[in-house]
Amino acid sequence: MLKQTEGSHAVAEAVALCRPEVICAYPISPQTHIVEGIGEMVKSGELADCEFINVESEFAAMSVAIGSSAAGARTYTATASQGLLFMVEAVFNASGLGLPIVMTVANRAIGAPINIWNDHSDSISQRDCGWIQLFAETNQEALDLHIQAFKLAEALSLPVMVCMDGFILTHAYERVDMPTQAQVDAFLPPYEPRQVLDPNEPVSMGAMVGPEAFMEVRYLAHAKQMQALELIPEMAKEFKAVFGRDTGGLTRTYRTDDAETIVVAMGSILGTIKDVVDEMRDAGEKIGVLCITSFRPFPLEAVREALKNSKRVVVLEKSLAIGIGGILASDVRKALRKLSIDVYTVIAGLGGRAITMKSLHALFQKLKHEESESVTFLDLDWNVVNRQLERERQKRRTGPAAESMLRDVGTVASKIA
Amino acid sequence: MSLQTVSFYQTGTFTVGNRLLAAEERSVQANMQRTNSLNSGHRACQGCGEALGARYAIDAAMIASKGQLIAANATGCLEVFSTPYPETSWQIPWIHSLFGNTAAVATGIAAAIKVKKHKGQGGDVRVVAQGGDGGTTDIGFGCLSGMFERNDDVLYICYDNGGYMNTGVQRSSATPPAARTATTMPVGPEPGNAFGQGKFVPAIAMAHEIPYVATATVADLRDLEYKVTRAMGMRGARYIHILVPCPLGWGAAAQDTILLARLAKETGIFPVFEAEYGEVKSALQIRRPLPVEDYLRLQKRYAHLFGKTPAVATIARIQAQADKNIRRYGLLAKEAA
Repeated sequence: MLKQTEGSHAVAEAVALCRPEVICAYPISPQTHIVEGIGEMVKSGELADCEFINVESEFAAMSVAIGSSAAGARTYTATASQGLLFMVEAVFNASGLGLPIVMTVANRAIGAPINIWNDHSDSISQRDCGWIQLFAETNQEALDLHIQAFKLAEALSLPVMVCMDGFILTHAYERVDMPTQAQVDAFLPPYEPRQVLDPNEPVSMGAMVGPEAFMEVRYLAHAKQMQALELIPEMAKEFKAVFGRDTGGLTRTYRTDDAETIVVAMGSILGTIKDVVDEMRDAGEKIGVLCITSFRPFPLEAVREALKNSKRVVVLEKSLAIGIGGILASDVRKALRKLSIDVYTVIAGLGGRAITMKSLHALFQKLKHEESESVTFLDLDWNVVNRQLERERQKRRTGPAAESMLRDVGTVASKIA
Repeated sequence: MSLQTVSFYQTGTFTVGNRLLAAEERSVQANMQRTNSLNSGHRACQGCGEALGARYAIDAAMIASKGQLIAANATGCLEVFSTPYPETSWQIPWIHSLFGNTAAVATGIAAAIKVKKHKGQGGDVRVVAQGGDGGTTDIGFGCLSGMFERNDDVLYICYDNGGYMNTGVQRSSATPPAARTATTMPVGPEPGNAFGQGKFVPAIAMAHEIPYVATATVADLRDLEYKVTRAMGMRGARYIHILVPCPLGWGAAAQDTILLARLAKETGIFPVFEAEYGEVKSALQIRRPLPVEDYLRLQKRYAHLFGKTPAVATIARIQAQADKNIRRYGLLAKEAA
C-alpha cells in the first residue's frame, strides 16, 4: 500500500510485519522514533505476541537481545552513534555467539565533540565486529532491507545491521510502498533457530574456547560472511518475486556504461550524486555511480567488476579513518588491486555537513585534473582549522579546541555549507 | 538405593540429620531426584565455596521448576571452572555472554519464554542468572538494577567471595575493609582495603522493592535451599546473595570454608536474612555472638592486623560494623540477648 510516512515509522511498520517476538529499546537520537513506533504497536495490541522491553542502556539492549535470541525468539533493536559504541562489547558477543539479531543503526556522528547529525562513523567503526551491514539509500529501501535482514540473519545465524542515515532518512516523510502481512509472511518463514536454550535439550553456550579452536571458530564467522555474498543477491531476487521491487543486493550501478569516472558511495547521498551525474552526463561527461549496499561483507568482486573499465574512481564517504584517511576508499582500493585506476578519497558530510550539488560539481571537475590520489575534505573551512593551528603554535594553554573553533565560526547555528 | 527408615533419636540439639525427617522434609541434596545440575568433575579449587553454593542453589531451583530451568552466567570463576570445553558441568541449558550483562541476558531469556508460552510454543520455563560479586556489585550492577526496576521474572544469585578471584584476587566493591587483595596490599599507613561506606547489594536490592531478597551462606545449606525454593515460588525480580568463602583469595585452609561462612554469620559480619517488597521479614539468629577476631584470624588476607603490634583500632572498626549489622537486622537470638 502506498503511503506518505516518516522513515522511522516506515521501518517500525516493516519490523512489525516481520513478527518480532522481543524488542528492546533505549532512546537515542535519531533512532528513537523507530522504537517509539513499535512500542506503541505492542502496547496497543496491534503487534501481538511481542515483548517490548525498555532497558536501562544500550549495553543492556544488546544483552537482552542476546538472551532472547538465544532462547529462540526473533529479536530486534535499534540504536545510533554513542549508543552503538556503548553496546560494542555485546555487539561482538552477539555475532560471536551466532545470534541472528536485527538492529537498525540510524547513522550519526560520534563525539567528542557531541553531534547528533548524520555521518557513517558509528556503524563503520564496527566494520570488523562480525555483523552484516546493509546501507539503505531511501526510506523504501530501508523498509525493504529490514524484511530481508531477518531472513538473511536467520539463514546464516548471523546478526544484521540495517544502516539508514539519521535524520536524512529517519525523519524524512516520503512515499513508501508498505507491503501486506501476507507478502511478508510469504517471504519470511518463522524463525527456526540453529541453537536454542531449551530445558528438554540442554546445551552450554558461550564456553571458553582456547587456542586449539579459536582460529577455526573465527574463520567460520568469516566463511558465513562469504556465504552472505552469495545469499544477498539471491535474497534480492526472491524479494523482487514477492514484492515486485528491486531492493538490496550487494551493489547497484547507475550510468556506469562507458563511464570514465565512477563515484562510489553508500546511503542517502547517492540520490544527490545521481542528480549531479545526470547533469554532468547532459553536459557530455562520462560519469556514473556505484552504490554499495552491502558494506559487510564487502563485495570485492562486484566492486571490481563495476569499476574495472573506468579511469578514475572517486570514493565519497561519510567517515574518516583518523591518521590515514578513507575507510570505504581503502576497501575499494583492495577491490582494484593491480589495476591502474586512480582512486580519490573524499571525506564529506561529517557531523551532518550538507553535501550540495554545487560542491559535488566543483569536486568532480577538480578531481579530473588531480594528479595525486589525495584525500579531499569536502567543503572544509581551512580558515577555521588554520586559525586554531596557529593559536596552538603561539601559546600553550589554548583551552578546549572545539569551543575555540566554534567561537571563530560565530553564532551561525544554521550554517551547514 | 531405596529410601531407608532409621530409628535414631537425637534431642537437645539443632542438628537434625536428613534420615530423621519425613521424605518430603529432606533436603534437595538428599533427594534421589536431585539433578546434579552442576555436575562433578569441574575444575574449582579445593574447598571452593562458590561451587558448593551453586550446586545447592541450582539443584533446588531445578526441583522447584520441575526441571524447566535456564541459567545465564556472568564471566568469572563459576563460568571458567564449569565449562572448560569440550567438558561442561552444566546439565541444564546454560549461557555465558559477558561479565557485566548477565541480568540483562536473563531478562531477554525470560521475555522469549513469555512470548513462546503465550504462543503455545513453550512451557513454564524459569530463569536464573548467576554471577560473582565482581559481576554483580561492580561491572554488572547497571543491568542488575535495570532488571530489578522492571521487576523482570528472574532469580539473580550472587556468589560473593569478596573479590575478583578469577583474575588473581583483586578488590571489588564487595571486598571487606582492611582485607588484603592484589590491588589493596597490606602496605603503607592504612594497609589492606579502604574503609568505604559499604555497598551491600542486598540492601540496594531491597530499595528496589522487589518481591524477594535474601542472604545466605554455605554454612547453612538447608537455609540456602529453603530460600532458593521460596524465591522460585514467586514471580518477578528476586535476589539471593550467598557468602561463599574462597580459600585461595582469603588465604584460608580448604577445610575451613564452612567454618568461615558460619563465623561470618555468628560474628554479625554477614547478616543472614530474608526480605519481601523492601521489608526484612526474618533473620537467622546468632546463638552465641563471637568476636570478629575469631573470623579474621583464620584468614591470611587479614594477617597484617595480627602482627607484632596488633591493629587494635582497625579490628575495633570491623567489630563496630558487625555490631551495627546485629542491631540493624535484629540478629541476636532472644535466649542469647
